[in-house]
Amino acid sequence: MPSSYLWLIPLLPFTGFLINGTLGRKLPRAAVTAIALLFTAVPAAIVAWLWVTMKAVGAPDSISINAGPWITITGFHVDFAFTVDHLTLIMLGVVTGVGFLIHLYSAGYMAHEEGYWRFFAYLNLFMFFMSVLVLAESFLLLFVGWEGVGLASYLLIGFYFKKDSAANAGKKAFIVNRIGDFGFLLAMFLIVAHFGSLDFAHVFNAISVNPDWHGGVLTAIALLLVVGAAGKSAQIPLYVWLPDAMEGPTPVSALIHAATMVTAGIYMVARCHTIFDRSPYALGVVAIIGAATAIFAACIGIVQHDIKRVLAYSTVSQLGYMFLACGVGAYTAGIFHLLTHAFFKALLFLAAGSVIHALSGEQDMRKMGGLWRKIPITFWTMTMGVFAIAGIPPLAGFFSKDEILYQAFISPNPIGKLLWAVGLITAGMTSFYMFRLWFKTFFGESRVEETHASHGHDDHASHGNGGVHESPWIMLFALVILAILSVIGGWVGVPTAMFGHNEIEHFLAPVFESGASAQAATAAASQGLELTLAALSVLTALAGLGLAYTFYYKKPGTAATLAQRAPALYRLVENKFYVDEIYSAVIITPLLMFTRLILGGLVDSGLVNGSGALAGATTRGLSTLTRRVQSGNIRSYAGWLALGAAAVLIVMIFGRFWAH
Amino acid sequence: MNLDHSILSIITFVPLVGAVLLALLPDRGKLMQWGALAVTLITFAITLHLPVHYNYAAASGAFQFATDNPWIATPAIRYHLGVDGLSMWLIVLTGFLAPLGVLISWRTVSERKKLFYTLFLLQQVAMLGIFVSLDLFLYYAFWELSLVPMTILIATFGRTENRRSAAIKFFLYAFIPSAVMLVGILWLYVNTGTFDMPQLAQLAATHGISGNSAALWLASLSFLIAFAVKVPVFPLHGWLSDAISEAPTAAVMVLAGKLGLYSILRFSFGIFPEQSRHIAPLMIALGAIGIVYGALLALVQKDLKRLAAYGTLGHVSLVILGIFTFTIAGLDGGIYQTLNEGIGGGALFMLLGILYERYSTYDMREYGGLAAKLPWMVTLFVITTLSVVGLPMLNGFVGEFLVFSGTMQSTIAHHVGWTVLATTGVILTAAYMLLMIQKVFYSNLGLKPRSVTGWDLDVREHLALWPMIALMLLMGIASPYWMQSIDTVGTYLANQIGSPDLTAPKTITRLPGSSFPMRPYQEGGQR
Repeated sequence: MPSSYLWLIPLLPFTGFLINGTLGRKLPRAAVTAIALLFTAVPAAIVAWLWVTMKAVGAPDSISINAGPWITITGFHVDFAFTVDHLTLIMLGVVTGVGFLIHLYSAGYMAHEEGYWRFFAYLNLFMFFMSVLVLAESFLLLFVGWEGVGLASYLLIGFYFKKDSAANAGKKAFIVNRIGDFGFLLAMFLIVAHFGSLDFAHVFNAISVNPDWHGGVLTAIALLLVVGAAGKSAQIPLYVWLPDAMEGPTPVSALIHAATMVTAGIYMVARCHTIFDRSPYALGVVAIIGAATAIFAACIGIVQHDIKRVLAYSTVSQLGYMFLACGVGAYTAGIFHLLTHAFFKALLFLAAGSVIHALSGEQDMRKMGGLWRKIPITFWTMTMGVFAIAGIPPLAGFFSKDEILYQAFISPNPIGKLLWAVGLITAGMTSFYMFRLWFKTFFGESRVEETHASHGHDDHASHGNGGVHESPWIMLFALVILAILSVIGGWVGVPTAMFGHNEIEHFLAPVFESGASAQAATAAASQGLELTLAALSVLTALAGLGLAYTFYYKKPGTAATLAQRAPALYRLVENKFYVDEIYSAVIITPLLMFTRLILGGLVDSGLVNGSGALAGATTRGLSTLTRRVQSGNIRSYAGWLALGAAAVLIVMIFGRFWAH
Repeated sequence: MNLDHSILSIITFVPLVGAVLLALLPDRGKLMQWGALAVTLITFAITLHLPVHYNYAAASGAFQFATDNPWIATPAIRYHLGVDGLSMWLIVLTGFLAPLGVLISWRTVSERKKLFYTLFLLQQVAMLGIFVSLDLFLYYAFWELSLVPMTILIATFGRTENRRSAAIKFFLYAFIPSAVMLVGILWLYVNTGTFDMPQLAQLAATHGISGNSAALWLASLSFLIAFAVKVPVFPLHGWLSDAISEAPTAAVMVLAGKLGLYSILRFSFGIFPEQSRHIAPLMIALGAIGIVYGALLALVQKDLKRLAAYGTLGHVSLVILGIFTFTIAGLDGGIYQTLNEGIGGGALFMLLGILYERYSTYDMREYGGLAAKLPWMVTLFVITTLSVVGLPMLNGFVGEFLVFSGTMQSTIAHHVGWTVLATTGVILTAAYMLLMIQKVFYSNLGLKPRSVTGWDLDVREHLALWPMIALMLLMGIASPYWMQSIDTVGTYLANQIGSPDLTAPKTITRLPGSSFPMRPYQEGGQR
């Protein structure tokens, strides 16, 4: 029975977590590595095998297993139940495949770190929860994974917990995600109240068989789910935690904060498409949030100097694209971009990690430059990633991004054309800031040596190449695989207009076939329009490349001059539009002030304790009185009881009066 | 003789025998600790008889392991003991926490040990007595008894000079409403001629309690207020933070929550169903406000114990919210959460006590960077925190989810508004718990850890904490084991008091109070 193997996908990484978490401190590093790799490699193999089984002709569209109840009360129950359909399969492939590569890479990257065992234990814990998230057959079990990956993220962002910035970033990530969870939870409460169940099959089926259900509660549920998705997938207004999350080790940024966890929101929206399809209003909100986030984050990404922060804002921006895709009902395009993004963004982060590794921890692009000869493999693999994300055909990013733009253009959404335009401009900006990163890091004059010398790291200079060294093979191996995937990964979705077969659309058709609006829109499509739009986006990407070439290679001073011409605007963008500061001033500080002054000062010390003190004083006054009468120890228990009994008698008499 | 009829008496009075024995033995060496540990372990082992031999298929509302003998002829006071799915797990929990309380006090209580452990055992007798008594008079005797050892424990073993005033505050807060409750009990007796709880409940269910409605209302309030102070319900929590701040760890672990919450469920709901239903909107409001209020105040505390005290207020408020929705989910979740509060809250106070033992301060600002020095400590602290903030797969989530879910289903009060307000608690709770972890364990070494050599958990502390951690996990994953008996009580109460058609499937309609209008759908159309 093949389905019982499904349990191994989450349980093996969990075993790895338990072993490394409890014994890891005492095990040698090689053993820790072996355990962590083994318990992620086997699930990846199982997923590959599942893939083959389920792609076979005549195979069922989904496999389900149920291990009994988790919560059971009268009228409501939730089971430990998993389902694998084609959507889950794609997610599982990304999670276990990319996850395994990043485990490999980490073995090299983290080799010299303190708390090596802890790192791998957390990483395996993440794999466990992420597998649960995508395998879950109910909202509540999905929420288990949802919260669990948040926990793993919290632990890994705060991995260097001695650094205040890392501890703060971890806490911020958890709390901001909790704001999203607040929405997710409310959505689930509404679902329970109206459907009496949290099983996907039950809820979606109930909606499917009632074609007249639209808007109303479904809109409320969908919007609350969007709050949750916006938290996890770092969309406006909850994106603020993701850039800070770069405090974690770079492999973590690649795995959790680029390829897998942050896409959970998109997965969830796609999974719940039955609900969203019935609420054009909620879909519109998703599309607008996505487009706004895409262009907003791209703006900030243009002026960042930290190589990881550029990639972080780029991630936020790309997640915006996926949101946009879901918002125009093009779930397949969203998942397609999720897939290609997982490849090239994981690659970009890992390559950036390799650069940082080469420079002994330097992340500021102003202190890089001219590195392409010194770390050639890192350079070439990263180049693949940059070209892929910039949308240069025929690399992966081109096909998926183009599909989203095309779907936005032809969507029945009244502002579909505007959404497309925003997406196109963002594509140009993406190309620009990625090539900016590329030129600043790898080309021009090296700014490495002098800064290292000035920082007193001149011992590195004796190693030749200014102390810059290529990463070990175990890291490069992961880079090369991901680079290949970044090149060819998009070929599963080549549209028919470009003589492809759009295999991913057929693959996902059983999951999304009820996406009525998207289907209708596709019917209205024309091949000529699709090719025209594709040409436009290629031109935009090339324009971004050209601009970056001029600014950062040919005339390196241009950017600085431009920045000087509009200093206020530049400072506004460089400081990320002061969003963190605004949140702090408008929400956090007033809330804490209110709590300290009104709740703590007035209510708690005044009313609550004051009335207590008053009652106490009254009784003490009474007791003084009674002490004179009784001359006994009034605090003694017996005395009180006597007083109570006296009161009892009085009231009993009155009680008699009331009664008659 | 069938053990089932005497098992509850044995459970209740074994600690009493133990207390007497300890009082007679000389306070030498570690004799008191070992003695108390033995007594509490034996008691716990006996309490396990209940879940093993409990008839899970029994009709709801029926009491098991019952003993019912006349005790005093006039007034008619009976020695009536019995448990159902509500009290059974509370008894087991009380038995479970006691040996851990002894272990955690092992070293910290070094003087007047005989007094400490005798009082500790007496406190346990009182709590067990409260849970098993089905005669109001007997119940009241245990209820009053529970005040005395606790007051003396706080007054004698409190950690600062403030202990006496904290003890007096605790006593007055608990005692005055209790005296009024006695009036209510006597009024009930005068009108019904019985102290017997099942009989009273029977009468109440058939509207048989005579007396005019105003007096009945007053009697119900006399009960509810006494219980609400004990829980405590916002804004009657004035005693809580002082008492928690002073009391020794073993006493704090049983200070708030379960006694009052149990009493509301058993007596307020049992004898005054109609009044409880009528006052529910107020209690739901107080519960929801209490959650947010407790969490917000916890967020601005500098003192770890006071932080945990306000956190406790938030958690017991969650139970209040749940049970007063009179939905199955709310009641089941509320009862489950009562157990969770004993475990998660208990573990948190144990961990704080362990920190205090090493660094002799509860001031958060003097801590920092302990994660590197005390790896086991931080591990268990983080797991406990996750239980408290309601991470799925740990116990707190099951109760919390059911409570909120029940609130949303409730037909009482403005359920959407209160659910939304209460659910913000999940954000705030995470905020203050993670803030505490960060201040204590992360960053660089703080003032105290730099000057004082701490040490990681020793064997005794591991023994005290791991059972808690194990329960957090088990109750998070295998909740049906506990829920099956709890659910019979929750369903019974929901059907008795709440609207009867809650389990019926609902048709999807416009959400009451929602501002999202229904929109007629047009193919491919978006507005």
